[in-house]
Amino acid sequence: MTPDQTDFTEALLRPDLPHPENLIDHAGRPAGKRFDVYRNNVVLSLTEALETSFPVLQKLLGEQFFGAMAGLFVRQHPPTTPMMMHYGEEMPAFLTGFEPVEKYPYLPDIARLELAMRQSYHAADATPIDPKIIATLPADQLMAARLDIAPSLKLLRSRWPIFSIWSAQTNGTPMPEAPSGEALIITRAEFDPAPQLLPAGGATFVMALQAGEAFGQALDKATTAIPDFDLQTTLGLLIAGNAITAMKTGDAQ
Amino acid sequence: MFDQSFEQLPKGCGVGYKPQHFADIMEGAGAVSWFEIHAENYMGDGGRPLAQLRHLAERYAMSVHGVGLSIGGEGDLDQDHLNRLKHLVGWLNPASFSEHLAWSTHETHFLNDLLPLPYNDKTVQRVSSHISQVQETVGRQMLLENPSNYLAFSDSDMSEIDFLKEVAKRSGCGLLLDVNNVFVSATNQKMNAVEYIDAFPLDLVGEIHLGGHDEDVDDHGDPLLIDSHDQPVVNQIWSLFAHTILRGGKKPVLIERDGNIPPWDELEGEAAQALDIMTNVKAAA
Repeated sequence: MTPDQTDFTEALLRPDLPHPENLIDHAGRPAGKRFDVYRNNVVLSLTEALETSFPVLQKLLGEQFFGAMAGLFVRQHPPTTPMMMHYGEEMPAFLTGFEPVEKYPYLPDIARLELAMRQSYHAADATPIDPKIIATLPADQLMAARLDIAPSLKLLRSRWPIFSIWSAQTNGTPMPEAPSGEALIITRAEFDPAPQLLPAGGATFVMALQAGEAFGQALDKATTAIPDFDLQTTLGLLIAGNAITAMKTGDAQ
Repeated sequence: MFDQSFEQLPKGCGVGYKPQHFADIMEGAGAVSWFEIHAENYMGDGGRPLAQLRHLAERYAMSVHGVGLSIGGEGDLDQDHLNRLKHLVGWLNPASFSEHLAWSTHETHFLNDLLPLPYNDKTVQRVSSHISQVQETVGRQMLLENPSNYLAFSDSDMSEIDFLKEVAKRSGCGLLLDVNNVFVSATNQKMNAVEYIDAFPLDLVGEIHLGGHDEDVDDHGDPLLIDSHDQPVVNQIWSLFAHTILRGGKKPVLIERDGNIPPWDELEGEAAQALDIMTNVKAAA
């Protein structure tokens, strides 16, 4: 039987397999190196896609190590759709199970952060509300209000200082010394997603808002968890990041 | 959402759009009268890519060039992907829509490369029926691009040109002639590029691509050119392009550059050169 695209695909991803035998050159000789052009294109183009998606991971691991790891990753997890903008979703799980990096347990969360940056970049647009509306609303109405959060807002919580690590690699700030957990939101004020470190309790507050709970309920949850929860800073990050896109006060008492 | 003023691509020069050139283009695109995008890069929900595309499409005729449909795949077309393409084309209302004679998806794997096909009746049937499905879904004619060949198939029994003609006849699609691909394939397969152009059904061609390539050698020391799109257009390609225009008349022509992206002025310069060739060859003919 003539080899088909199943044989071609297997040989593409496995350099130890021979070339499909129906591939020849102009003189009828076996295709040899000519087939390797496709093998190289596939691995190189997918590796480049990962380099674009995970710049901080690449800096942390070094170009050479990242390249070798990407070669393994692309063969284990080829893309499942032509939407290359989302390629690499299996990277956090891959890193968790990848023995050579087990001494760096924060890497899967760094990969999650970088995936969330891309999701934010491509998320739907939404018009923010005028922050004056929040500032001038009577307190009881504000507590009963429900806020819509922009689709580009992404929330991440980690046992590791992932914001500080990301910032050190991206902006040259000092690497964190203590391995304490951090929570952050990614906001997209216009087109460029930016991670912002949340104060303690901030993640609880934002998550409650995203779940559609009233402002007062979200605040209760945050202050129950963290009695001195810094509402002003958290709200300031949401407003500066154009992340509040509607406020519904209809059920105010 | 865009008006109907760009019903077809102008018979001038376009450039493959890259986001880093946005600001330069908005100041005036010089010799460039239209832009081509890779469909898959604009299938997100929002953000900068779609905002830039909106600005471009208000000013210039657009061409949507798919790189991920896997027209030549043995399996069914990916319906989700086809729907995304329909959505993009419906929103942008481009003057032209094209895809490749290649496959890139097998079962659930997307391989992110344009992979080759044997030329025989079985493949003609499959490719024609996939193109018909695409044209029905997207609601417009598709242009099919000739590939760059690095190798051949022992189970091919027809020429590439006969293959393309037959697919165009059965599906009603048009053709996109990539002159760089002709040069790459002809060199790699020891054929004559000019004879290929002379035999090509130029009346079916709705668009021409010009680009650059890399040079390597195969196991026997024979030249092996690689369609890399990361180099300027070389002299042999300019000559072949001039020959094509002489034979087929003016066509919309694209400068295609996907890697090693130069400053805008350099691409605009190549566009001006293409335009110059198109004008002067016509005058001499």
